[in-house]
Amino acid sequence: MSKKIVVLGEVRDGALRNVSFEAIAAAKQIADGGEVVGALIGDQVTSLANELIAYGADRVIVVEHPHLKTYTPDGFSQALLAIVDQEKPDGIVLGHTSLGKDLSPKVASRLQAGLVSDVTEIEGAGDDAVFIRPIYSGKAFEKVKVKDGIIFVTVRPNNIAPLEKDASRTGDVASLTVDIQNLRTIIKEVIRNASTGVDLSEAKVVVSGGRGMKSAEGFKILQELADVLGGAVGASRGACDAGYCDYSLQIGQTGKVVTPDLYIAVGISGAIQHLAGMSNSKVIVAINKDPEANIFKVADYGIVGDLFEVIPLLIEECKALKVNS
Amino acid sequence: MNIFVLMKRTFDTEEKISIQNGEIQEDGAEFIINPYDEYAIEEAIQVRDAHGGKVTVISIGDDETEKQLRTSLAMGADEAVLINVEDDVDELDHTGAAHILAEYLKDKEPDLILAGNVAIDGGSGQTGPRVADLLNINYVTTITKLEIDGTNVKIVRDVEGDSEIIETSLPLLVTAQQGLNEPRYPSLPGIMKAKKKPLEELELDDLDIDEDDVETKIETVEVYLPPVKSAGRILQGELPDQVKELVNLLHTEAKVI
Ligand SMILES: Cc1cc2nc3c(=O)[nH]c(=O)nc-3n(C[C@H](O)[C@H](O)[C@H](O)COP(=O)(O)OP(=O)(O)OC[C@H]3O[C@@H](n4cnc5c(N)ncnc54)[C@H](O)[C@@H]3O)c2cc1C
Ligand SMILES: Cc1cc2nc3c(=O)[nH]c(=O)nc-3n(C[C@H](O)[C@H](O)[C@H](O)COP(=O)(O)OP(=O)(O)OC[C@H]3O[C@@H](n4cnc5c(N)ncnc54)[C@H](O)[C@@H]3O)c2cc1C
Repeated sequence: MSKKIVVLGEVRDGALRNVSFEAIAAAKQIADGGEVVGALIGDQVTSLANELIAYGADRVIVVEHPHLKTYTPDGFSQALLAIVDQEKPDGIVLGHTSLGKDLSPKVASRLQAGLVSDVTEIEGAGDDAVFIRPIYSGKAFEKVKVKDGIIFVTVRPNNIAPLEKDASRTGDVASLTVDIQNLRTIIKEVIRNASTGVDLSEAKVVVSGGRGMKSAEGFKILQELADVLGGAVGASRGACDAGYCDYSLQIGQTGKVVTPDLYIAVGISGAIQHLAGMSNSKVIVAINKDPEANIFKVADYGIVGDLFEVIPLLIEECKALKVNS
Repeated sequence: MNIFVLMKRTFDTEEKISIQNGEIQEDGAEFIINPYDEYAIEEAIQVRDAHGGKVTVISIGDDETEKQLRTSLAMGADEAVLINVEDDVDELDHTGAAHILAEYLKDKEPDLILAGNVAIDGGSGQTGPRVADLLNINYVTTITKLEIDGTNVKIVRDVEGDSEIIETSLPLLVTAQQGLNEPRYPSLPGIMKAKKKPLEELELDDLDIDEDDVETKIETVEVYLPPVKSAGRILQGELPDQVKELVNLLHTEAKVI
């Protein structure tokens, strides 16, 4: 049976995050020929509605309010619940991001609904949809079905392919007025950490360094490699704790979960908490001087050697490849 | 201050995982306090030591869960509550788990509830915010710093590596992120004392909860291990040649650069 699914378009720094387009693709599959309704919540976000439509939303509902300028669970849940109340959808899809993780359980609780979090793949459609999600720190997977009630899922970034962008698509954009009140948390300040350039959780190539990098200086050569490959730099907890780089680069259970096409782990031992954040990557390269390092167990290609010799060579070879192709 | 910690006994995912008859094999496996709940317990103890009050650790589990609750008491918690659902339910999902915890907490007048931000086995990170919602109290997830002054609370929250400075007030539920503190190991005197600390055991009946109230909304149809990756290729030869080969493989075989 075809369904109506609401998808939240997540806005960061004034732009929609890729995971929202992936969420639309997921919603299309669950909708099974039904309707996908985009939801935009924020202060001044209406201008982004057409992009949601270009990526497959049929129409968009916008809730704007000065209190929605920054995310709070109270503000955003009031807005999303108002949309749900108006639309009475059969399902809701959000990205499994910091915002999605914080907001979805509250909204699910309000709706007395189950919630399938951190979905990496969907099989089937409509009522037969089966959701695949990693469990046990990524060492196993489960397939789950929603028994009854609203189909509420969050999707892990970079796993479900977005639909082709089609700027010629059109759809209705309507605003919904919601009285946002009684916010119990006040965000006094957001301290942006040093991450620049490509969004780590959405990057196609991630070059990641560990304690083996030895210093903050060491991380500079990783940035050079990432730049050549058009990717982003990541890190292990070990490197962050040692002060070689900012915590915003951390990959793993505590940090970001990434699924790039190519993950290059440099001087990282491969602790389970790190693997939980990257083992789903399509191709994994490990560079480590210890042939016994755990990271080689998940690697497709490995080089056993001193990273300070390997990385400069790798940068040169990648540059040469670029020149030749 | 009336402080509660939600604690899950989890499979130690550093251990090998195998599946038999469609289920994760638990026999002989190592079980631990969910690591993020250790941060929650440590923080609860520190808040109590600074502001006075009592720390109660609650867990929904089975007979085996007593071990992790005793460890929590040995770390310094004052009391423990085991909600033993072994005889009542075969399956439990987040809706049910949150309902049980909230039913227990609703007349306890908590000032502060601490949970882990995610359980390393189930991995959904839903329970904390759901419990807060059911109790109609405020919550902040993935916190790395907590300062309490009267009923005013100042928090640093980790948001994908950025830090939000948040002001809010008690009563409050927070979920712990790595970096909040360094959990202590139970000391020997702590372990001795823990044996005499109160550990209350309850069943769903004691909370007036019907099995129907905790009916699952999500059904697990299959649990499986990822396909075994064929052993990766460790390149051989002189380093410059290895690097050349790697770039060539990534370009022509894997087609990722
Ligand atoms: C609750 C919890 C959550 C955690 N969450 C995370 C998380 O999200 N992300 C995460 O990464 N970790 C996490 N950890 C920490 C994790 O357990 C490891 O401690 C951490 O990943 C180790 O980092 P590392 O691999 O950089 O360091 P190490 O384990 O010290 O490894 C360094 C590696 O570098 C290699 N090396 C050294 N010098 C060279 C050289 N010159 N050339 C080549 N190789 C070299 C060494 O052989 C070694 O393998 C968590 C831990 C806990 C308890
Ligand atoms: C008898 C029994 C049967 C179960 N059957 C199933 C099953 O069939 N399928 C299945 O997937 N799960 C099952 N569970 C696990 C249960 O459903 C989970 O504890 C719950 O749904 C939380 O999900 P999560 O692991 O994703 O935790 P998360 O939501 O990721 O946990 C976040 C935090 O919530 C708190 N928390 C989580 N669980 C508990 C708990 N049990 N007690 C106290 N605090 C907690 C902790 O602070 C934790 O850090 C069963 C549990 C029991 C006791």
